[in-house]
Amino acid sequence: MPGLNTAALPDLIFTVLFFFMIVTHMRDVDLLVHYDLPNGTEVQKLTHKSAVTYIYVGRQANLRPQASKDTFFIQLNNRLATIADIRDYVEEERSRMNEEDRSRMVVSLKADRDVPMSIIAEIKQALQQSFALRINYSATESGKAKIR
Amino acid sequence: MFQRKKRETPGLDTTSTADISFMLLIFFLVTSSMDTDKGLARQLPMPEDQTEEQELVVKRRNVMELRLDAEGRLTCDGDTLYADALTSRIEDFVANVSDDPQKPERSEREVHLLGRCRVSDRHVIFLDVSPEATYDAYFQMQNAIVAAYSHLRNDLAQRHFGHNYMDCTQEQREVVAMVYPQRISERVEEK
Repeated sequence: MPGLNTAALPDLIFTVLFFFMIVTHMRDVDLLVHYDLPNGTEVQKLTHKSAVTYIYVGRQANLRPQASKDTFFIQLNNRLATIADIRDYVEEERSRMNEEDRSRMVVSLKADRDVPMSIIAEIKQALQQSFALRINYSATESGKAKIR
Repeated sequence: MFQRKKRETPGLDTTSTADISFMLLIFFLVTSSMDTDKGLARQLPMPEDQTEEQELVVKRRNVMELRLDAEGRLTCDGDTLYADALTSRIEDFVANVSDDPQKPERSEREVHLLGRCRVSDRHVIFLDVSPEATYDAYFQMQNAIVAAYSHLRNDLAQRHFGHNYMDCTQEQREVVAMVYPQRISERVEEK
């Protein structure tokens, strides 16, 4: 009985590999907070990935049992931070961008559904004071908007 | 008799190529993420001077007051309602098709590309958010507001240019956004 010809197998796998390399992008931060995004109908895709800065707000990941469920943390890059750090963070991110991206800088806010508005308001105020005025409330899309 | 046996160069052994590419594939699967980022784009106002508060006098008919309380209840000019109902309410309010004297004034203006047309540039949506309200409730409210505006703008763009607002050219977008500008004032109460 002749063995199965596997000569084309590497080619097949390379094709799959290239597909994944194209459609995905590298994960550059380890998430220290856990968040559950809200659902919206009017969400749009975020373009110009290089001009986007992320702020994560959520409960601490790998929650210790005694830790309270109602404390929320802010994560900037790879560390937990406070409201006061946001201005420096925005400055730092802005100085890393090129001229073109700087003008269309967007801050994407990835916040958990249960975060109280007091935290969100403080973040927005900090962003406002550092002139990062274009923001994006990150969300998942829930069904197509009704056609009226 | 002394015929030499023809020598053949052995082919390269490629059986392990598949394994190598499998390993590469798995590496990429692990290190990359496929999530496409989606969200609601909003523009924050310029930071204002904290020391001097500018007072803006707005006529009562031009104001819609939206309140989000600690339990996530939405009140619009005193009536409690759901986020779904808010969309049509804002549309009615901003467009004011019937020229209701209780609803915002519209000024007649010469608009580029559209000719003379009535512009709803006086209305203000005033958001008053409780600090204990959840982000989800706030997001649903924002979503409803965006839905209302995008519906109005789509309608106008369809009528004049034959396609949706999102498919308009930059010039057309500016015109449409001028007829229905988003005039929203936001405040989160201090704790």
